[in-house]
Amino acid sequence: MDRRSFLKTTAATATLAAVGLPVRAADPLKIGFIYVGPVGDMGWSYQHDVARRAMEAKLGGKVVTSFIENVPEGPDAERALTQLALEGNQMIFATSFGFMEAAVNIAAKFPNVKFEHATGYKRADNLATYDARFYEGRAVQGTIAGRMTKTNKIGYIGSFPIPEVIQGINAAYIHAKKVNPDVEIKVVWAYTWFDPAKEADAAAALIAEGCDFILQHTDSTAPQAKAQEAGNVFTFGQASDMEAFKPSPRVASTIDNWAPYYIKRAQALVDGTWASESTWGGIGTGMVKIGEITDAVPAEVKAEAEELIAKIGDGSYHPFTGPLKKQDGSEWLAEGKTPEDGELAGLNFFVEGIAAEMPK
Amino acid sequence: MIGGIDIVTLIAALMAASTPVLLAATGELVAEKAGVLNLGVEGMMIVGAVAGFATAVTTGSPVLGFAGGALAAALMASLFALLTQVFLSNQTATGLALTLFGLGLSALAGKGFEGVRPPPTGKVPFGPLADLPVVGPIVFGHDWMVYVSLALVAAVWAFLKYARLGLILRAVGENHDAAHALGYRVIAVRFAALAFGGALAGLGGAYLSLVRVPQWTEGMTAGAGWIALAIVVFASWRAERVLIGAYLFGGITALQLQLQAAGYAIPVHFLSMAPYVITVLVLVVLSATHRYGAPAAPAALGRTFHASN
Repeated sequence: MDRRSFLKTTAATATLAAVGLPVRAADPLKIGFIYVGPVGDMGWSYQHDVARRAMEAKLGGKVVTSFIENVPEGPDAERALTQLALEGNQMIFATSFGFMEAAVNIAAKFPNVKFEHATGYKRADNLATYDARFYEGRAVQGTIAGRMTKTNKIGYIGSFPIPEVIQGINAAYIHAKKVNPDVEIKVVWAYTWFDPAKEADAAAALIAEGCDFILQHTDSTAPQAKAQEAGNVFTFGQASDMEAFKPSPRVASTIDNWAPYYIKRAQALVDGTWASESTWGGIGTGMVKIGEITDAVPAEVKAEAEELIAKIGDGSYHPFTGPLKKQDGSEWLAEGKTPEDGELAGLNFFVEGIAAEMPK
Repeated sequence: MIGGIDIVTLIAALMAASTPVLLAATGELVAEKAGVLNLGVEGMMIVGAVAGFATAVTTGSPVLGFAGGALAAALMASLFALLTQVFLSNQTATGLALTLFGLGLSALAGKGFEGVRPPPTGKVPFGPLADLPVVGPIVFGHDWMVYVSLALVAAVWAFLKYARLGLILRAVGENHDAAHALGYRVIAVRFAALAFGGALAGLGGAYLSLVRVPQWTEGMTAGAGWIALAIVVFASWRAERVLIGAYLFGGITALQLQLQAAGYAIPVHFLSMAPYVITVLVLVVLSATHRYGAPAAPAALGRTFHASN
């Protein structure tokens, strides 16, 4: 192509594009996602992508979605969000706690774009938040682990010391302790959501310390693989069912079921009824699901876990029910009391009995 | 046991945890000694990880898996060599592109291998030696790849120091025009050095997916390749110091996790930062002592060679 015809083609394309603009308004609504890990982590990000695909399938033709994976938490997240906004996405899901500041900043720059931030607590007129009560699943895990552990040591791989993770550690410990007074919990902070090698090393360190249950709040299946290798060590599927590790080491799982929420929000966008709100779903609303409890769990323990799931589901039991004390021995919840959601969302202390120190 | 930390377990864990970066850094050392800066280590590692995993799962043999990982990463390195040595592309940009390419390619190729369990890589049967106190777990308690990695470091050290070919490789890295004038085939030497470096990065990646984790997960190298690059600088381009550097970097990760598991409240961030701070200090010391002796970095590092110059 010589230069003149190149210029002509370019001009023609530009004209077409300009003319085409109004037509595009009738096109499907664009919805973007950013993930903190790769879709193939088989955990957290994978589960968000499952919901994204469910949303696209359900609202077929009315929305088109796209995603950016492996977005680091921090300034890069702003770049990714800006890119999605500039590409014409009308709604953008930021699916990790560490995207919070980025989402707040970019939401202010693009007031006409609706933002949805997972697991955060900062909202704006065009920034909604949604979260799942993962601690309800942790209560179930703690019960099973407390009943089954032979070494009385439960290992917990934490990502970052943020409320969402601290709730989980507390819930797991409280319920393990309830069924097994001798149990202790060992916490290792990985300071990453996704780094299979580090997660595997953390699991190995906990197993070396004598833990025979490994609970993880990181995204990859590496701890499951490490537990499988060690043998006689049990785990729970995290975020996703992680069914590849059934029936053991994975004896149950907490599944993040985002699909109904994503579909509801996309529908609201299509209908023009979207409003900024904060959603915190649990077992009761179906946002948290407990995956199959395998036969590696004794029948009576399984029955006990299922009863707990039912009680949490119908609202007759709250995993944080007093009397509960803080780690330093001071009173947190009086007999029969349960915490406000706002207090839980800012939880920054361990309960009494946990020996690990909270990182500063 | 010191303060609740089992030192023997720690050292044994440290050696396994450090092996991927040790292999990758040793490979990169050879490439840089030949005067080529290959920033694609991360990409080659992850391709090695997925290719090694796929080969091991398909054939059921971890040995073939490691071979497959090394071969695939060597091919990646050859692509880099072709672009930078024959077509004279910019080494920095090409290396970065290689990393991005490797991350994408491995994600694509690994789709069918998620959640699959690899065949176990066996420990070397030392018999009663492995049951000895202290030396048993540290010296005789590893899978064979750990010994291979140590042998490779020793071989690279001896090759660079004593072998005639090693001398030629260093000459090419120090002054490619002079080496060319002496009749050495600069491009062929660099091609070979890069392919070797790639193969080692591939072995490191395969170790990650076959032994250390063990499974395939997208993006599983999570920056190990960049650490390998930092270790080469830390080691001031000496094979024996690469070993120290790799065990230091790997050791600190293993140490901080074990300290936490043992119930210590430790400033994780400071420990994680330590190797990088030391690297910066090493660089400062190197540039300060530079005046009194030869610079540590190969003189022709990163420079493009063309016979017409």
